[in-house]
Amino acid sequence: MQVNEYKPLIVAFCCNWCSYAGADLAGNNRLNYPADVKIIRVPCSCRVNPMFILRAFQRGADGVIICGCHPGDCHYTSGNYYTRRRMALLFSMLDYLGIERERTRVEWVSAAEGAKFAATMKDFAEKVASLGENKRLEDLRCKK
Amino acid sequence: MQRIGVFVCHCGTNIAGTVDVKAVAEALKNEPGVVFSTDYQYMCSQSGQNMIKEAVAEHRLTGIVVCSCSPRMHEATFRKTAQAAGLNPYMVEIANIREQCSWVHKDMPIGTEKAVILAKAAVAKVNLNAPLTPGESPVTKRALVIGGGIAGIQTALDIADAGFPVDIVETKPTIGGKMAQLDKTFPTLDCAACILTPKMVDVAQNEKIRIFSYSEVTDVKGFVGNFDVTIKRKARYVKEDVCTGCGLCTEKCPQKNVPNEFNLGMDNRRAIYIPFAQAVPKVATIDPNYCTMLKTGKCGVCSKVCTAGAIDYSAKDEYIEERYGAIVAATGFNPISMEKFDEFAYSQSKDVITSLELERLMNAAGPTGGTLLRPSDGEHPHTIVFVQCVGSRCAACEQKGKEYCSKICCMYTAKHAMLIRDKYPDTDVYVFYIDVRTPGKNFDEFYRRAVEEYGVHYIKGMVGKVSPEGGKLKVQASDLIYGKQLHIDADLVVLAAAIEPDKSARGLATMLTASMDTNDFFTEAHPKLRPVESPTAGVFLSGTCQGPKDIPETVAQAGAAASKVIGLLAKDKLLGNPCVAHSDEMMCNGCSTCEKVCPYGAITYQDKEFRMPDRTTKVRRIAVVNEAVCQGCGACTVACMSGAMDLRGFSSKQIMAEVDAICK
Repeated sequence: MQVNEYKPLIVAFCCNWCSYAGADLAGNNRLNYPADVKIIRVPCSCRVNPMFILRAFQRGADGVIICGCHPGDCHYTSGNYYTRRRMALLFSMLDYLGIERERTRVEWVSAAEGAKFAATMKDFAEKVASLGENKRLEDLRCKK
Repeated sequence: MQRIGVFVCHCGTNIAGTVDVKAVAEALKNEPGVVFSTDYQYMCSQSGQNMIKEAVAEHRLTGIVVCSCSPRMHEATFRKTAQAAGLNPYMVEIANIREQCSWVHKDMPIGTEKAVILAKAAVAKVNLNAPLTPGESPVTKRALVIGGGIAGIQTALDIADAGFPVDIVETKPTIGGKMAQLDKTFPTLDCAACILTPKMVDVAQNEKIRIFSYSEVTDVKGFVGNFDVTIKRKARYVKEDVCTGCGLCTEKCPQKNVPNEFNLGMDNRRAIYIPFAQAVPKVATIDPNYCTMLKTGKCGVCSKVCTAGAIDYSAKDEYIEERYGAIVAATGFNPISMEKFDEFAYSQSKDVITSLELERLMNAAGPTGGTLLRPSDGEHPHTIVFVQCVGSRCAACEQKGKEYCSKICCMYTAKHAMLIRDKYPDTDVYVFYIDVRTPGKNFDEFYRRAVEEYGVHYIKGMVGKVSPEGGKLKVQASDLIYGKQLHIDADLVVLAAAIEPDKSARGLATMLTASMDTNDFFTEAHPKLRPVESPTAGVFLSGTCQGPKDIPETVAQAGAAASKVIGLLAKDKLLGNPCVAHSDEMMCNGCSTCEKVCPYGAITYQDKEFRMPDRTTKVRRIAVVNEAVCQGCGACTVACMSGAMDLRGFSSKQIMAEVDAICK
């Protein structure tokens, strides 16, 4: 029973132009997704510094997802390509450090894809929940 | 330390229905920096805004957090409120507790808990906010309209009317678009050419309008107020300013077997051609795919007959660069390909045609001179079957058609049916439909006339199969109301093909960084309140590139887009986005990594003298951001290895604070 009660903590970085608007559309259409997902708005997915993700895992996040515009559709022309390459590197490093691949994800969600946003979040939250709590990167100094 | 006020909006029951707003306001009272916290029915209302202003004065607030709808909705509203209260508008942050919380979570305790966390994250961010001042940039007072159909024409005329210069870029040799191909228009049955061609002439004669026909936009740089656009002027091998449009060359050209795209391939044109009599500009164009002279170097007939000396076989594609303050996309539509709809035998029989082809067959300037004849044998058809929704409202056949309703087909089919019955009363006309959709002024009356006055047989049901047999088309269909199968021997079958955005729209959207929906229609900034603007500032939408529309709607939207453009061009200065990158010169080591990732070329380097602790000076190379060019994506902030680059309004510290607040 305890497994069912466990609620993961998920940080979602959403680009202002596509995914954040996609999240708004999911809201407009009343498409339910787990409340474990907390969104942080960034101007572009390429604004997400790997440090933010490390910090989130250190502070006890169980999963981090980065959402941007589809390749080719970036509001700033090329930002999402940087994201794609940076995160590929970061995620493989995190994997090496013991943060399972399933806890990190990059997704492309456009402003018109409210349903995709909700479905993606639901799927990600389920995957992360099945992995259980993230312990490997938690900074013990942050614990009170 | 900031003095922050937290304002939690009920949004009627939109938020208060699933979030305990009072509990949220209460929970925020003890957050660091918060000195005042309250809730109210409608924060965006006049009294809600007054409440904020009063609280700012009373509690000497330095920062504001509004827990309400999406910042995409009301961020601008609350920034104005803050400004009116004497605060810097960028000291406001929105916690999106409606779209991200109350509307997606049904459970009150869960919704409330999440709302508190989102609000705390916003408070954490405001604690680190600093006042920002937007920079100013000049506005180039010239507009670009991409597409020369009725939408582009109307937009250009309206902008020019207000006194601003406009350029139209059209890929075809003439402006006019789809409307020029139509015969009559619903619901008034007036002739399309008679109402369109005077407008085309107006465009040609307007001093403020330049037409770049047979041209394409190949590159767009810059941003609102100052777009630098590269336009490719395809070689037409005829000097535009010399050609008189007499048309002699188009009669003498020996290459006679070129499919005429204006008549949808139903007849032939020459290799040198003027698309139609009222073309604007009325200038001949040589089709390099068919011209013998250009392919083999032997012929030159057109050059010999041209008394004006306009032919130039050595012409090359030219690229011109222009700067524009605003860009209007008016790229229009095309009927979808019927190749995948094998059940209707479109590729097997010439007598199965699309509605646009019928339009040409009924047009006086069309391949048959306006007499309705079967394309296969030139006989008069006696039984005509119209099939509605071919590829429209077709959710099940995803790979074949479109999910959406193409909107115009019900009405133009009623028009076709009516015109045929009017001109050829001995013809039997059947229309197979799923629904007849006639919302619009005088639309339903028009459809009723087709049924009641003209005796068109409307049958609810779909056509299952069309098979050509012995000169006839065997149509198998179902009548859903009488629940029986029908077999009709038709002479002509007309398919109401779904419409889709022009293929060029996708590439254009990428160049403009304008967003599109899953069907490649341009997305509007707000579906209800900003229907003619793209989310990308300075880019506007006109006509069917935004969604299926009939002519009156297109013209209305074209005018609306023009008025938005005029509003922009009338400004002398634009306030920029103050959330731009800036470099800490003490930390920057001049490595130029940031310069390489910047998509706008906003970062340059300069040598600066620094005074060292031992009172000597040292010259170092440092990055400098041109704030007028920076768009604030933040790519450089992550690329910067020394941590010198940061983004105002979305600083690393602010985002870290949000992460911390969420993960607490």
